[in-house]
Order: sequence, then structure tokens, then C-alpha cells
Amino acid sequence: MSTKRPDRIVQIGKPIVFLLCLAPLAWLSWRLLSGEASANPIEVIIHDTGNWALRLLLVTLAMTPLRRLTGRAWLIRFRRMLGLFSFFYASLHLTAYLWLDQRFRWNEIIDDIMQRPYITVGVAAILLMTPLAVTSTRGWIKRLGPRWKTLHRLVYPIAILGILHYWWLVKADWREPALYAGILSLLLLARLPTPSWQRPRDSTARA
Amino acid sequence: MLIRRPDPIRPSQITAEQHYLRRRDFIKATAGLSAAAIGSGLLPGCEPAATAAAPVPNPKVIPDIRKSRWSTDAAPTEYKHITTYNNFVELGDGKSAPARNADHLRTRPWTIQVSGECEAPGEIGIEDLLTRFPQEERIYRFRCVEAWGMVIPWVGLPLRDLLRRFKPTSKAKYVAFETLYDPKQLPGQRSGLYDWPYREGLRMDEAMHALTILATGLYGRELPNQNGAPIRLVVPWKYGFKSIKSIVAIRFTEHQPPATWNMLQPDEYGFYANVNPNVDHPRWSQKQHRVIGAGLFAAEEPTLMFNGYADQVAHLYGDMDLRRYF
Repeated sequence: MSTKRPDRIVQIGKPIVFLLCLAPLAWLSWRLLSGEASANPIEVIIHDTGNWALRLLLVTLAMTPLRRLTGRAWLIRFRRMLGLFSFFYASLHLTAYLWLDQRFRWNEIIDDIMQRPYITVGVAAILLMTPLAVTSTRGWIKRLGPRWKTLHRLVYPIAILGILHYWWLVKADWREPALYAGILSLLLLARLPTPSWQRPRDSTARA
Repeated sequence: MLIRRPDPIRPSQITAEQHYLRRRDFIKATAGLSAAAIGSGLLPGCEPAATAAAPVPNPKVIPDIRKSRWSTDAAPTEYKHITTYNNFVELGDGKSAPARNADHLRTRPWTIQVSGECEAPGEIGIEDLLTRFPQEERIYRFRCVEAWGMVIPWVGLPLRDLLRRFKPTSKAKYVAFETLYDPKQLPGQRSGLYDWPYREGLRMDEAMHALTILATGLYGRELPNQNGAPIRLVVPWKYGFKSIKSIVAIRFTEHQPPATWNMLQPDEYGFYANVNPNVDHPRWSQKQHRVIGAGLFAAEEPTLMFNGYADQVAHLYGDMDLRRYF
């Protein structure tokens, strides 16, 4: 007997998604090594990693509504990997800020966090992501039981803080953060329970 | 998910034969500087790999350039960084877009209209500006409000030499400048984010200061379009956004003229915009700046009052409260 079709999809899909998630890092490395980003490499690293942390977070949040829309339950099995990659880029982003940009001048870093709202919300978002990354394993899911779901609802404030961070740091061109905010709004709206008068007949029949 | 496609190679990025054949002249002219820059680059000792964005130097050499006592002896930033790391929203968002879109702008013919509070309003063409005024090299520090800096070997003329020809009256307290408005040549002007055209202004004494120049070139050649060709303002003790590009109009005014970034976010970008390490931008520190082209692990440089030109310009501001008039 061959494996079930959805299992096959996930089996083949996981390494592909894994490599796709690494592509932005590969592209960034290429630009750094080729000298294309040599005018201001620190800026390029910080912008790229921050951008991909946000984009992958939005992709992660798209899995549940996509499953609802398409009825393909296997989509959800990519969610953890996508979320962890978002955290991976966010960690690179934070490291680049602390090390390359601030050179670990802790007094100034603390001043930044206290005084500059976009840094405050950015740091808050990454700190809040950390327990979610840690508890993403099967063991922790079991250990926490129903509390796991409650804890992982933190992803919504994290996404909002992440987009605020981006919105507050742009000089004048708010179009890209606005696009992200629009996508997040749609993804959050898609999570609202469908009103009863809009539910398909058969689901009421089953109730 | 947004995936940025690599940009197709534009005809402008393919080196024309005559430039290709003359590449060694340019290499010779800048060899010493390049060697210094490579030495301090990202991969010490390695020649940076050629990329599609590698700039073709402007072929138009400006003749008879005089040296100036106002030049700094700091090593200039590499030509490729000065010409591929630009803020010129009219030619595209992001630092590299202006160089890619540079070919949209046509810089001949080009005239500057001079009007307002003066006895002899009129206009002057770019060729007259280049031939009737002696061109000087001015190697200046350049400090962007975004906390990065370069050293740029400008070529140009003191702004006051031009302004005096139009005989400003005693009512002329300020000078206002305007960039070309033409969305066909400057496609960024189709965006409604800014109130086009880009405008800037100086107080009369700032405009008449010996350090203030109209730049027509850099590295001995006419300005590449992305750097504000054919003529732009350079005020080395102020943040870069004051140094308006591709100027078509100059007006003497009695009252402080509107300035683009100041109108957009008055609490972040002042009319004066003097480089000042003691007054932070509301969102970031101005105490130090990143040196463009210095590599991944280079330390930032401390930012100096008036970008290091305090001895020349501090007197212009007397006991003005620079925290209020930032």
C-alpha cells in the first residue's frame, strides 16, 4: 500500500519549503559577497532580515484561512516550519541590530528601547516570539495541553507589533507597511467565526 | 508573499563601446582611491566582483578644474558607492533604484529660471554655467539625516557667484530652489506621497556663504543623473536633504520658503537641518554615522557639529537655539 496522498505532499513539500525559506538568506549572502551591497551592508542585512521575518510571519498566519478556504488540511502541517523560519529571520535581525549596528553598546541600546517606540515594539515582538519557538515541539504541545493553544494566540499581537515597528520606522513611504497591515487585517478577518446565516446549509444539517 | 524579481538588464547598464574602450583612463584616474577603498572593503584584498549595477562613469570630463582650500583631505568615497547609493525619490524608491532609472532624465537643454526679489531676474543655461564660471573641486564631507556619511569630490561653483549676477535686493532674505517637475522624466513624481516638485530653501547668509556650492560634477566629470544632474545644491554643514537636486528654478524671497521634508514631517525635519550630534532625530541618534563603503565590521564615525565645518559656519547662527531651530 502506498502512503496516503496528503502525507506524500507533506513529505515532498517539507524539504522544498525549507529550501525556499532559506532562499532569502542565500540571496542576501550573495549580495554581500559579490560586493553589490558593499555601500551599506549593515543596512541591507537589517532591512532584509526584518522584512523576511514579517513576510514569513504573514505566510504562517495564512495557513489556517487557506485550509478553511481550500479544505486542504495538510496545509497546516507546514505552519510550524514557516513560523520557526520567521523567528529565525527575526533573530538574525535582532542580532544584526545589537552587534553590527549598535556594536553591543548596551547603554545606547537600552536608551533606544526606552525612547524610540519603533524599537520598543520591535524588541517586544521578538521577545514574545521566543516562548512560541521554544514550545513548538511535539513534547511541549503535549505537556501544555489546552494551554498551548492559548499561549500561541500571542502570534496575533506579535504580528501587530511587527507591522507597527515597520510602519513607525519608514521615513515617508508607508506603502509597504500598509500592504502588510492590509494582508494581516484580511488574515485576522478570515478567522472570525462565519455568521450562522452565511454558513453553508449542510453544516447546519450536520449540527 | 512578495518575491522581488531580479531587474532585467536595461540598455543603460550595457557599457557603450566608446566608454568600454576608455575604461582604463578612468581606472588610472581613480586607481589610488580605489586601492585605498578596496583595502578597507568588505573582503580585504579582494577585488569586488563586477555586478550588473557597476556604474559606467559619466564620459563628460569637466576641463580646467581648480583646486580649493575648502577641500577636506579625507579619502573620498569610491565612485561606485557615490553613484549607486542615492536618495532621489523622483528616480525611484530605495538606494539603488535612482541609478537604475537614471536614463529617464534628460539634462540637455537645461535652464535655471531666477526670479523674485532681485533687480535682474532672468535665466541661465547649463552650458553657460559650465563655461562662464570657473569650476572648482570641493572635496566635502556629506552627512545624510539617515545617519550615514560619505566624502564626495564635487566639482562646481560657489552659489554666491551665480546669485550676485541677478542683483538680489534688500528684500531678499531667503533663496528658494525647485527641482524639475516632469513625471515622464522623473517617474517617482507620479506618486502622491510627496507634494511635488521637491523644494528647498536657505537663508540669504547661508546661500552667500563660501562653502555653499552649485555642483555640476563629481570625480572630475559631469554629474550622473542619479546624483542630481545637471546641477544641484551642496551645503556641506547641513543634512543631505537640503542639497536639492536637478534645479530648474531659484527665487529670492522675503519670507522663509517651503521645504519638502519640512512640510512632510515638521517635527522630524527642520528648515535649518544643520548637522548636529546633540539634537537627535526623534527616531534615531545623530551622535555618529555609518561610513559608506567601510564594510561590515567598521566602527561608526562620531558626527561633528556642523559636520566638521563649525569654524566656518557657527557664526551664522550666533545664539540661536539650535534645539528649537533644528
